[in-house]
Amino acid sequence: MKQVILPIVFSTIFIILVIHLFYHPEIPNLGEMQLKQKYAVKHTSSVDHSKFEQLKNDFETPQEVTEACISCHNQRHTEVMASNHWNWERLSYVEGRGIERVGKQNVINNYCIGANTNEQSCAKCHIGFGMNSNQFDFNNYRNVDCMVCHDNSEEYIKGASAAGYPDRSVNLQKVAQSVGRPGNFNCGACHFYSGGGNNVKHGDLEDALMSCNRDVDVHMAANGMNMICVDCHTADKHQIKGKLYSVSSSHENRLTCDECHTSTPHFNRILDVHTASVACQTCHIPTYAKVNATKMSWHWSDAGRLKEGKPFHEVDSSGNETYLSIKGSFRWEKNVEPEYFWFNGHATHYILGDTVNGIPVKVNELLGSADDGESKIYPVKVHRGDQIYDPNTNMLIQPKLWAPNRGDSAYWKDFNWHDAAMAGMKGVGLPYSGEYDFIETLMFWPVNHMVATKDKALSCDECHVRENGRLASLPGFYLPGRDSNKGLSFFGQLLLIGALAAVFLHASVRFVVAIKKKEIVSEDITKNH
Amino acid sequence: MQRVYVYKKFERFWHWSQALLIFFLALTGFEVNDSIHLFGFEKAVLYHRVASWLLLGLIVFSVFWHVTTGEWRQYIPTFSKLSAQIKYYTYGMFKGEPHPTHKTARKKLNPLQAVTYLGFKLVMAPLIIVTGLLYMFHRSIDANNMVIVSDIPLELVAYLHTLGAYLILLFAIIHIYMTTTGITPLSNLKAMLTGYEDLEETSDDNSNDTTNNTII
Repeated sequence: MKQVILPIVFSTIFIILVIHLFYHPEIPNLGEMQLKQKYAVKHTSSVDHSKFEQLKNDFETPQEVTEACISCHNQRHTEVMASNHWNWERLSYVEGRGIERVGKQNVINNYCIGANTNEQSCAKCHIGFGMNSNQFDFNNYRNVDCMVCHDNSEEYIKGASAAGYPDRSVNLQKVAQSVGRPGNFNCGACHFYSGGGNNVKHGDLEDALMSCNRDVDVHMAANGMNMICVDCHTADKHQIKGKLYSVSSSHENRLTCDECHTSTPHFNRILDVHTASVACQTCHIPTYAKVNATKMSWHWSDAGRLKEGKPFHEVDSSGNETYLSIKGSFRWEKNVEPEYFWFNGHATHYILGDTVNGIPVKVNELLGSADDGESKIYPVKVHRGDQIYDPNTNMLIQPKLWAPNRGDSAYWKDFNWHDAAMAGMKGVGLPYSGEYDFIETLMFWPVNHMVATKDKALSCDECHVRENGRLASLPGFYLPGRDSNKGLSFFGQLLLIGALAAVFLHASVRFVVAIKKKEIVSEDITKNH
Repeated sequence: MQRVYVYKKFERFWHWSQALLIFFLALTGFEVNDSIHLFGFEKAVLYHRVASWLLLGLIVFSVFWHVTTGEWRQYIPTFSKLSAQIKYYTYGMFKGEPHPTHKTARKKLNPLQAVTYLGFKLVMAPLIIVTGLLYMFHRSIDANNMVIVSDIPLELVAYLHTLGAYLILLFAIIHIYMTTTGITPLSNLKAMLTGYEDLEETSDDNSNDTTNNTII
């Protein structure tokens, strides 16, 4: 009886084990199904703005449209005017600085440097009208631009160098009657084209997202969930959720994947425990700039070369500008693997007037470390370049780049750095010694969009590998597969090799002794014979 | 010579399945350590975990068996003939001297074996099991937001676990070699497979038993 029962028990255990190991039926992901159902139903407007008498006027100025909006939505402008889209700054507690107003008004970036003294042109991406200097009146509600975000006709565009006014071709009445929930067109008008062209700045935000497939972005894919920006970037009282650390500095009102997907979305415990220290984006955005290239470097020091006294530009085989006399030289890349950093949601910035401490200058810096308890590993686009600075005051220079005409100190017209630096620094009220040079700069852009399909997410061995892994240079923690202790490995291998050698030696001696003994024995035998 | 039933059925099952698991764990473990490449990291982690739970289960059974059968006494170290045993392996056996100790069903292990296996059970196994469990449950925050193990750095846990692995492999190499030092090179192996071994009938067999009994 015992002879039968035991083998049956053990073989049963073995069979169950094998099934458990190798058979993984797809578990229906109810949470994800619920989400898909939620976003399958697309928003429809509850009112038809074209029926409102207030919007049937022949609007002469865009401010008249704003007033028409406010005549019904009579407090919304106060919400807008409390937003950073309007104020271009935010009151934040910044590590090492204290309470500080931080935003486009006083930080610089690694592309077109800064808006100060260039407002007339840069205000194309301000949700207001008439910002042509740093004296803009942020308290005048009539200058709030409702249409740029709420136009659903896709015809509203801001004029070039028009201080934020719409292009003259725009039919204001038609736009006013077509307003509704913001679409990708509205957000993209600024967020896709910032830095002077499509996908220049972000790398993960570009016009390909207007209509893409699931390989580019699982959420926004036209043949997938077809979600739009504001499905995730929701807004309460016009305060839009989500932060980008080119201008933001504090860990509040952020938008994270786990708000929908939870922090345990994998049906796999080992993967789920990763979420304590790895951001979703790290594995699920293996590459960015999947459709069009993004600028990876921008060297202002190369600007100013002229051909026969005239500015020129050069393009690469894909049509990307690699040199512009007014801007310098650029490097573009497509399908870029991000770099990875510990990031806790707080950032610091170089604020106009700061002195440079270290080369390259970090125009912004993502804070965090492996052991601060808050940080996760994030994918980041690192943009490298150089910028004009004052070697005597040790400050980065805000140059005056744009002016309508020549002779107004603007670099893009006159190609004179000295005049541009003088005018720019005067405009922001900072000293300029009269000498300038160029200094290397870095800027950090966390990558959050272009989420890949599940099967394209990073596999374990892209990080858990001894050499050349994605996290090869990320410090401060033990990463299985990547890290080993050289001393321990040496000691361990020494032990094993030593043991094998000892065994071999011992066996050899035994062998030799055995042969000798045999000889003696056979000698004895022959003697006896 | 007498044919003796030395290794019971469970003992053999325990020995061979533990051997299998240890080698499988070494393979997958050193793959997680990225020293070898066989299954791929993801599968290696999965297999290592499954095998580790099987080994833990087996250890529970074997501890129970050792305690209930009294077989644990086999590992009580005796030092009286330890140096003689060492001398035999390093010198005497080349001269054709006889084994200084005699194997019986009651006393399967020579003094050197007993002390080595005791070291295995008291040092190597606990080292690798404790660090293995710490490794398995090491995380700052688990799925249910419970902090389980995070005060002991993973680095230390992993390095001690690796050290344990090296020590056990060291043991395995020597252990396998030493099986060839029986009456014939394969007699010990055969015994562990079949349970039966041809042992010398020694006059002091009974007295040995009595000494064992007196120790008990």
